[in-house]
Amino acid sequence: MKSDPFLIAGTALKSRLFIGTAGYPNQQIMLDSLEASGAELVTMSIRRISLDSYSGSLVDLLNGRCRLLPNTSGCVTARDAILTAELAREALETNWVKLELIGDRETLYPDVEQLVPAADELVRKGFVVLPYCNDDPVTCQRLADVGCAAVMPLGSLIGSGRGIANPAAIELICTRSPVPVVLDAGIGTASDAALAMELGCDAVLVNTAIAKSHDPVRMAAGIKAAVEGGHLARLAGRIPKRTFAEPSSPQLGLVGT
Amino acid sequence: MTRLKINGVDEEVAATTVAQLLAARGIDPAARFLAVAINGTVVRRTLWEGAAIHAGDTVEIVRPLQGG
Repeated sequence: MKSDPFLIAGTALKSRLFIGTAGYPNQQIMLDSLEASGAELVTMSIRRISLDSYSGSLVDLLNGRCRLLPNTSGCVTARDAILTAELAREALETNWVKLELIGDRETLYPDVEQLVPAADELVRKGFVVLPYCNDDPVTCQRLADVGCAAVMPLGSLIGSGRGIANPAAIELICTRSPVPVVLDAGIGTASDAALAMELGCDAVLVNTAIAKSHDPVRMAAGIKAAVEGGHLARLAGRIPKRTFAEPSSPQLGLVGT
Repeated sequence: MTRLKINGVDEEVAATTVAQLLAARGIDPAARFLAVAINGTVVRRTLWEGAAIHAGDTVEIVRPLQGG
Protein backbone atom coordinates (compact mmCIF):
# COMPACT_ATOMS: atom_id res chain seq x y z
CA MET A 1 0.00 0.00 0.00
CA LYS A 2 1.34 3.40 -0.96
CA SER A 3 1.81 6.15 1.57
CA ASP A 4 -1.30 7.94 2.75
CA PRO A 5 -1.05 11.02 2.92
CA PHE A 6 0.13 11.37 -0.59
CA LEU A 7 3.68 12.55 -1.29
CA ILE A 8 5.37 13.47 -4.54
CA ALA A 9 9.06 14.33 -4.27
CA GLY A 10 8.57 14.84 -0.54
CA THR A 11 5.71 17.28 -0.99
CA ALA A 12 2.42 16.29 0.65
CA LEU A 13 -0.56 16.84 -1.61
CA LYS A 14 -4.04 17.17 -0.12
CA SER A 15 -5.89 15.93 -3.17
CA ARG A 16 -5.36 12.85 -5.29
CA LEU A 17 -7.14 14.51 -8.18
CA PHE A 18 -5.05 16.66 -10.52
CA ILE A 19 -6.91 18.70 -13.09
CA GLY A 20 -6.16 20.38 -16.37
CA THR A 21 -7.25 23.90 -17.20
CA ALA A 22 -8.02 23.60 -20.92
CA GLY A 23 -11.26 23.44 -22.86
CA TYR A 24 -13.80 24.79 -20.37
CA PRO A 25 -16.76 26.81 -21.68
CA ASN A 26 -15.31 29.87 -19.99
CA GLN A 27 -12.80 30.92 -17.38
CA GLN A 28 -15.30 31.23 -14.54
CA ILE A 29 -16.55 27.68 -15.07
CA MET A 30 -12.93 26.53 -15.06
CA LEU A 31 -12.30 28.30 -11.75
CA ASP A 32 -15.54 26.96 -10.24
CA SER A 33 -14.69 23.45 -11.44
CA LEU A 34 -11.24 23.73 -9.91
CA GLU A 35 -12.87 24.72 -6.63
CA ALA A 36 -15.37 21.85 -6.80
CA SER A 37 -12.65 19.32 -7.65
CA GLY A 38 -10.62 20.17 -4.56
CA ALA A 39 -7.53 19.70 -6.76
CA GLU A 40 -4.29 21.14 -5.51
CA LEU A 41 -2.13 20.35 -8.53
CA VAL A 42 -3.28 21.98 -11.74
CA THR A 43 -1.72 21.68 -15.18
CA MET A 44 -0.95 24.43 -17.67
CA SER A 45 0.77 24.60 -21.01
CA ILE A 46 3.58 26.90 -22.12
CA ARG A 47 2.99 28.74 -25.38
CA ARG A 48 4.47 31.54 -27.43
CA ILE A 49 2.88 34.85 -26.58
CA SER A 50 1.03 36.76 -29.20
CA LEU A 51 3.44 39.24 -30.75
CA ASP A 52 0.78 41.90 -30.82
CA SER A 53 -0.03 42.16 -27.17
CA TYR A 54 0.44 40.62 -23.81
CA SER A 55 -2.66 40.74 -21.67
CA GLY A 56 -3.11 39.51 -18.14
CA SER A 57 -2.60 35.89 -17.46
CA LEU A 58 -4.64 32.99 -16.22
CA VAL A 59 -1.80 32.38 -13.82
CA ASP A 60 -2.72 35.51 -11.91
CA LEU A 61 -6.07 33.88 -11.16
CA LEU A 62 -4.69 30.45 -10.30
CA ASN A 63 -1.63 31.52 -8.39
CA GLY A 64 -2.15 31.09 -4.68
CA ARG A 65 -5.19 28.83 -5.16
CA CYS A 66 -3.21 25.82 -6.28
CA ARG A 67 0.17 24.40 -7.21
CA LEU A 68 0.85 24.78 -10.92
CA LEU A 69 2.20 21.92 -12.98
CA PRO A 70 3.40 23.13 -16.38
CA ASN A 71 3.41 20.59 -19.18
CA THR A 72 5.40 20.14 -22.36
CA SER A 73 2.30 19.22 -24.33
CA GLY A 74 2.66 19.11 -28.07
CA CYS A 75 6.44 18.65 -28.02
CA VAL A 76 7.68 16.00 -30.43
CA THR A 77 11.43 16.30 -29.85
CA ALA A 78 13.38 15.94 -26.64
CA ARG A 79 15.11 19.24 -27.35
CA ASP A 80 11.83 21.17 -27.57
CA ALA A 81 10.43 19.44 -24.49
CA ILE A 82 13.52 20.26 -22.44
CA LEU A 83 13.52 23.90 -23.58
CA THR A 84 9.78 24.12 -22.81
CA ALA A 85 10.43 22.73 -19.33
CA GLU A 86 13.19 25.26 -18.77
CA LEU A 87 10.98 28.12 -19.97
CA ALA A 88 8.21 26.86 -17.69
CA ARG A 89 10.57 26.82 -14.72
CA GLU A 90 11.50 30.42 -15.43
CA ALA A 91 7.93 31.60 -16.09
CA LEU A 92 6.23 29.83 -13.20
CA GLU A 93 9.08 29.56 -10.72
CA THR A 94 8.50 25.85 -10.26
CA ASN A 95 10.82 22.97 -10.99
CA TRP A 96 7.91 20.56 -11.40
CA VAL A 97 7.07 19.53 -14.93
CA LYS A 98 4.65 17.16 -16.60
CA LEU A 99 6.86 15.78 -19.36
CA GLU A 100 4.95 15.01 -22.52
CA LEU A 101 6.76 13.83 -25.61
CA ILE A 102 4.37 12.96 -28.38
CA GLY A 103 5.29 10.32 -30.92
CA ASP A 104 2.22 10.47 -33.12
CA ARG A 105 -0.14 13.38 -33.77
CA GLU A 106 -3.23 11.26 -34.32
CA THR A 107 -3.06 9.17 -31.18
CA LEU A 108 -0.89 11.50 -29.07
CA TYR A 109 0.89 8.37 -27.93
CA PRO A 110 4.05 8.97 -25.91
CA ASP A 111 7.38 8.64 -27.71
CA VAL A 112 9.04 6.31 -25.24
CA GLU A 113 12.35 6.21 -27.07
CA GLN A 114 12.83 9.94 -26.52
CA LEU A 115 10.92 10.13 -23.25
CA VAL A 116 13.30 8.21 -21.03
CA PRO A 117 16.49 10.14 -21.99
CA ALA A 118 14.61 13.46 -21.86
CA ALA A 119 13.34 12.61 -18.37
CA ASP A 120 16.87 11.66 -17.38
CA GLU A 121 18.24 14.99 -18.59
CA LEU A 122 15.52 17.00 -16.84
CA VAL A 123 16.10 15.14 -13.56
CA ARG A 124 19.81 15.97 -13.87
CA LYS A 125 18.88 19.61 -14.42
CA GLY A 126 17.00 19.60 -11.12
CA PHE A 127 13.44 19.11 -12.26
CA VAL A 128 10.75 17.12 -10.48
CA VAL A 129 9.64 15.14 -13.52
CA LEU A 130 6.16 13.61 -13.92
CA PRO A 131 6.17 11.90 -17.32
CA TYR A 132 3.08 11.06 -19.35
CA CYS A 133 3.87 7.53 -20.50
CA ASN A 134 2.62 4.24 -21.86
CA ASP A 135 0.74 1.76 -19.69
CA ASP A 136 3.81 -0.44 -19.81
CA PRO A 137 5.52 -1.61 -16.61
CA VAL A 138 8.97 -1.64 -18.21
CA THR A 139 8.71 1.95 -19.44
CA CYS A 140 7.42 3.01 -16.04
CA GLN A 141 10.33 1.25 -14.35
CA ARG A 142 12.86 2.93 -16.67
CA LEU A 143 11.35 6.32 -15.88
CA ALA A 144 11.53 5.63 -12.15
CA ASP A 145 15.13 4.42 -12.59
CA VAL A 146 16.21 7.76 -14.09
CA GLY A 147 14.67 9.58 -11.13
CA CYS A 148 11.16 10.60 -12.14
CA ALA A 149 9.12 11.65 -9.11
CA ALA A 150 6.05 9.79 -10.38
CA VAL A 151 4.89 8.00 -13.51
CA MET A 152 1.74 8.94 -15.37
CA PRO A 153 0.60 6.08 -17.57
CA LEU A 154 -2.29 6.68 -19.94
CA GLY A 155 -5.62 4.99 -19.29
CA SER A 156 -6.51 5.43 -22.95
CA LEU A 157 -5.88 8.09 -25.59
CA ILE A 158 -5.82 11.73 -24.49
CA GLY A 159 -9.28 13.24 -24.70
CA SER A 160 -10.87 9.96 -25.81
CA GLY A 161 -12.93 9.38 -22.67
CA ARG A 162 -12.51 5.65 -23.18
CA GLY A 163 -11.51 4.98 -19.60
CA ILE A 164 -8.84 2.44 -18.68
CA ALA A 165 -8.18 0.29 -21.72
CA ASN A 166 -5.92 -2.16 -19.92
CA PRO A 167 -6.75 -2.32 -16.22
CA ALA A 168 -4.47 -5.32 -15.69
CA ALA A 169 -1.47 -3.35 -16.97
CA ILE A 170 -2.30 -0.36 -14.77
CA GLU A 171 -2.67 -2.64 -11.74
CA LEU A 172 0.65 -4.30 -12.52
CA ILE A 173 2.36 -0.90 -12.80
CA CYS A 174 0.84 0.14 -9.46
CA THR A 175 2.00 -3.07 -7.80
CA ARG A 176 5.59 -2.69 -8.98
CA SER A 177 6.22 1.04 -9.21
CA PRO A 178 8.70 2.47 -6.71
CA VAL A 179 7.23 5.95 -7.30
CA PRO A 180 3.62 7.21 -7.23
CA VAL A 181 1.43 6.27 -10.19
CA VAL A 182 -0.89 8.93 -11.59
CA LEU A 183 -3.43 7.73 -14.14
CA ASP A 184 -3.25 10.32 -16.90
CA ALA A 185 -5.46 10.52 -19.96
CA GLY A 186 -8.58 8.69 -21.01
CA ILE A 187 -10.81 9.26 -18.00
CA GLY A 188 -14.35 9.73 -19.31
CA THR A 189 -16.44 9.84 -16.17
CA ALA A 190 -16.41 9.28 -12.42
CA SER A 191 -16.34 5.47 -12.54
CA ASP A 192 -13.12 5.51 -14.59
CA ALA A 193 -11.47 7.60 -11.88
CA ALA A 194 -12.77 5.29 -9.16
CA LEU A 195 -11.44 2.26 -11.04
CA ALA A 196 -8.01 3.87 -11.39
CA MET A 197 -7.85 4.34 -7.65
CA GLU A 198 -9.19 0.83 -6.96
CA LEU A 199 -6.43 -0.58 -9.16
CA GLY A 200 -3.91 1.12 -6.88
CA CYS A 201 -3.16 4.42 -8.58
CA ASP A 202 -2.05 7.14 -6.21
CA ALA A 203 -3.85 9.88 -8.11
CA VAL A 204 -5.59 10.67 -11.38
CA LEU A 205 -5.21 13.58 -13.76
CA VAL A 206 -8.40 14.69 -15.50
CA ASN A 207 -9.08 17.48 -17.94
CA THR A 208 -11.43 16.77 -20.83
CA ALA A 209 -13.88 14.62 -18.84
CA ILE A 210 -14.58 17.62 -16.64
CA ALA A 211 -14.14 20.49 -19.09
CA LYS A 212 -16.27 19.01 -21.88
CA SER A 213 -19.05 17.53 -19.72
CA HIS A 214 -22.43 19.25 -19.80
CA ASP A 215 -21.92 20.55 -16.28
CA PRO A 216 -18.19 20.79 -15.55
CA VAL A 217 -18.61 21.98 -11.95
CA ARG A 218 -20.84 19.04 -11.09
CA MET A 219 -18.55 16.59 -12.92
CA ALA A 220 -15.57 17.97 -11.01
CA ALA A 221 -17.41 17.26 -7.75
CA GLY A 222 -18.41 13.80 -9.02
CA ILE A 223 -14.88 12.84 -10.00
CA LYS A 224 -13.56 14.19 -6.69
CA ALA A 225 -15.97 11.87 -4.85
CA ALA A 226 -15.02 8.98 -7.14
CA VAL A 227 -11.31 9.45 -6.49
CA GLU A 228 -11.92 9.50 -2.75
CA GLY A 229 -14.26 6.49 -2.96
CA GLY A 230 -11.89 4.47 -5.09
CA HIS A 231 -8.97 5.26 -2.84
CA LEU A 232 -10.87 4.24 0.29
CA ALA A 233 -11.95 1.01 -1.41
CA ARG A 234 -8.35 0.26 -2.35
CA LEU A 235 -7.22 0.85 1.24
CA ALA A 236 -10.07 -1.30 2.55
CA GLY A 237 -9.29 -4.18 0.18
CA ARG A 238 -11.94 -5.54 -2.13
CA ILE A 239 -13.43 -9.02 -1.77
CA PRO A 240 -12.27 -11.71 -4.19
CA LYS A 241 -14.45 -12.32 -7.24
CA ARG A 242 -16.40 -15.61 -7.15
CA THR A 243 -17.96 -17.73 -9.83
CA PHE A 244 -21.11 -18.57 -7.84
CA ALA A 245 -23.33 -16.82 -5.36
CA GLU A 246 -22.38 -16.54 -1.71
CA PRO A 247 -25.50 -15.79 0.41
CA SER A 248 -25.10 -12.79 2.63
CA SER A 249 -28.02 -13.64 4.97
CA PRO A 250 -27.63 -16.42 7.58
CA GLN A 251 -28.55 -19.88 6.28
CA LEU A 252 -29.74 -21.19 9.64
CA GLY A 253 -33.28 -20.54 10.86
CA LEU A 254 -34.89 -20.13 7.47
CA VAL A 255 -38.71 -19.89 7.78
CA GLY A 256 -40.54 -23.07 6.69
CA THR A 257 -37.60 -25.46 6.94
CA MET B 1 17.66 47.31 -36.96
CA THR B 2 18.38 43.76 -35.92
CA ARG B 3 17.02 40.82 -37.88
CA LEU B 4 15.73 38.08 -35.57
CA LYS B 5 13.44 35.11 -35.60
CA ILE B 6 10.90 35.81 -32.86
CA ASN B 7 8.51 32.99 -32.01
CA GLY B 8 9.09 31.46 -35.39
CA VAL B 9 8.63 34.66 -37.42
CA ASP B 10 11.43 36.65 -39.08
CA GLU B 11 11.35 40.23 -37.79
CA GLU B 12 13.44 43.39 -37.89
CA VAL B 13 13.52 45.14 -34.54
CA ALA B 14 15.22 48.21 -33.10
CA ALA B 15 16.53 46.55 -29.97
CA THR B 16 19.90 45.39 -28.73
CA THR B 17 18.87 43.78 -25.42
CA VAL B 18 16.13 41.42 -24.31
CA ALA B 19 14.53 44.15 -22.20
CA GLN B 20 14.45 46.51 -25.20
CA LEU B 21 13.01 43.77 -27.39
CA LEU B 22 10.15 43.14 -24.96
CA ALA B 23 9.45 46.85 -24.65
CA ALA B 24 9.46 47.22 -28.44
CA ARG B 25 6.89 44.42 -28.59
CA GLY B 26 4.64 46.17 -26.10
CA ILE B 27 5.42 43.62 -23.41
CA ASP B 28 6.01 45.02 -19.97
CA PRO B 29 9.32 43.47 -18.87
CA ALA B 30 8.05 43.66 -15.29
CA ALA B 31 5.04 41.46 -16.14
CA ARG B 32 5.17 38.20 -14.23
CA PHE B 33 5.04 34.71 -15.69
CA LEU B 34 7.00 35.43 -18.85
CA ALA B 35 10.04 33.54 -20.02
CA VAL B 36 12.54 34.19 -22.78
CA ALA B 37 15.03 31.94 -24.53
CA ILE B 38 17.66 32.95 -27.05
CA ASN B 39 19.06 30.29 -29.36
CA GLY B 40 17.62 27.54 -27.17
CA THR B 41 18.90 28.85 -23.85
CA VAL B 42 16.67 30.47 -21.25
CA VAL B 43 17.69 34.02 -20.29
CA ARG B 44 16.86 34.55 -16.63
CA ARG B 45 14.60 37.49 -15.93
CA THR B 46 17.25 39.20 -13.83
CA LEU B 47 19.54 39.31 -16.88
CA TRP B 48 17.06 40.78 -19.39
CA GLU B 49 18.34 44.33 -18.94
CA GLY B 50 21.85 43.47 -20.06
CA ALA B 51 21.33 40.40 -22.25
CA ALA B 52 22.42 41.31 -25.78
CA ILE B 53 20.58 40.13 -28.86
CA HIS B 54 22.37 39.74 -32.15
CA ALA B 55 21.34 39.53 -35.78
CA GLY B 56 20.24 36.02 -36.63
CA ASP B 57 19.25 35.07 -33.08
CA THR B 58 16.25 32.84 -32.54
CA VAL B 59 14.09 34.21 -29.73
CA GLU B 60 11.26 32.47 -27.90
CA ILE B 61 8.94 34.52 -25.68
CA VAL B 62 6.42 32.39 -23.82
CA ARG B 63 3.80 32.43 -21.09
CA PRO B 64 1.64 29.80 -19.42
CA LEU B 65 -1.75 29.11 -20.94
CA GLN B 66 -4.56 26.64 -20.32
CA GLY B 67 -3.36 23.07 -20.61
CA GLY B 68 -4.05 19.50 -19.67
